[in-house]
Amino acid sequence: MAATGNVERIVVVGTGECGARVARELRERGFAGVITMIGDEPHTTYERPPLSKSALISDEISPVEVLPAARLAEFDVELMSGKAVEFLDRDRMLAVLSDGGEVPYDRLLLATGARARTLPIAGGEFALTLRTIDDARALRARLGLGRSVTVIGAGLIGLEVAASARQLGCDVTVLEVAPRALGRALPAEMADVLVKRHAEEGVEVLCGVVPTDISILDGGFAVGVEGFDQPITADVVVAGIGATPNVELAQAAGLRCENGIAVNDRLRTDDTAIFAAGDCCSFPHPLYGGRRIRLESWRNAHDQAAVAAANMLDGDEQHAAVPWFWSDQYDLGLQHAGLADEAASAVVRDSGNGSQVRFALALDGRLVAASGVGPGTSTAKDIRIAEMLIAAGNRPDPEVLADASLPLKELIKS
Amino acid sequence: MSNWTRACGTDDIDNEDVIPVAIDGHDYAVYRSPDDDYFATDGHCTHEAFLLAEGLVMDNIIECPKHNGRFDYTTGEGKGAPICENLRTYPVRVEGGSVYIDIG
Repeated sequence: MAATGNVERIVVVGTGECGARVARELRERGFAGVITMIGDEPHTTYERPPLSKSALISDEISPVEVLPAARLAEFDVELMSGKAVEFLDRDRMLAVLSDGGEVPYDRLLLATGARARTLPIAGGEFALTLRTIDDARALRARLGLGRSVTVIGAGLIGLEVAASARQLGCDVTVLEVAPRALGRALPAEMADVLVKRHAEEGVEVLCGVVPTDISILDGGFAVGVEGFDQPITADVVVAGIGATPNVELAQAAGLRCENGIAVNDRLRTDDTAIFAAGDCCSFPHPLYGGRRIRLESWRNAHDQAAVAAANMLDGDEQHAAVPWFWSDQYDLGLQHAGLADEAASAVVRDSGNGSQVRFALALDGRLVAASGVGPGTSTAKDIRIAEMLIAAGNRPDPEVLADASLPLKELIKS
Repeated sequence: MSNWTRACGTDDIDNEDVIPVAIDGHDYAVYRSPDDDYFATDGHCTHEAFLLAEGLVMDNIIECPKHNGRFDYTTGEGKGAPICENLRTYPVRVEGGSVYIDIG
């Protein structure tokens, strides 16, 4: 057990996946002091991943609680919802709220997350964005049979919203500025599988298309597009063009920010009492040469919460988890582990049931990334094994990777 | 009340693996441990109800294929976040090359 004698009050700014998990981890690690979670949303802790997927196609969007009320009570967490932290008084070690309240801390975690980027074009404010449960409810209210929807951005959120809207009977068009979909997230071959599936469902994904402006037209909207004679008309316009980390609180407190709140591999900022974790922070990743990265994913928020909790209690844990994310579109599930920037060659494993996994190997044969797509969670086992191989710096035999009749599990045992 | 029902053959499951079994519209997950013992649990994760049988079995642990929630499949005990509820387990009996579970 870590020495926690001098840590009596821990403040967590942010009530998303990361903040909520930290509270739980602190108790499970034996912390008996005060835990205060402060979040500016007027809700309890809820999971965001379903908001673009399963929840968006339900009639009424109800939150999936990260910490149900019984657990909050069990863990004795003071949850302050609908409260914004105005600034951090680092000298006095206080979180100062916008209503003037002051919350003292011995350790403070910034789990402030990220916010959806807004479209920087004329009329960009007419495009809905999706981040919170309120955003999802506002979007859901506008979707339905026969409604036309234009999604700007063919990233994960854009394509998930497109799939959900289509499943609700909307006519959906996706516009992407870049030459292909999912350019930031996935290798082209895997992105193609998803785009092809969208085409089969009747969703057009137009790449290399630059929206210029959005205007109101006949109760809907007209999206101007470079090189198009006519604007694209739609009842609903959604922008899924990425997220911006919420660094303002840290910045105002004089903490270093580099594409996110800069922390070390222990998730500590330059202030030894302040940590940051989840979408809001950038950190050096030991598996990728110590390169500073920032991840926006449920799993990262979840994993970093555990490390931050340990280190706030004076532990010394390094965050070295393999980056991992998933997506659901129609009945297809995508899972991805690793970062492909060192990839020199690829091996494909085709399971023959509509599932395939693509492994990316570095020049020296190390597995650096793997993406799987197939019905539901059909590639989950393979991706989980790939994750372990990546973490271990393993150089798997490409022939085993490529042969779906040979179990991958043997590779982690060898 | 006992209600022993044949779930599968002993050879239907690889060593240290799991398969899905549906009986009367209920999903179960049936496991074969590294020591060739058999176990059964509810088929769905207690977190967000994904089918556990597509997850990875390592020793006595099953990992949910979606969010990596972990359970000890021999006891049903949840092993930390995001799991808030333990998994229901069922008694298992092996007879003549078949795995039977008591679905109660």
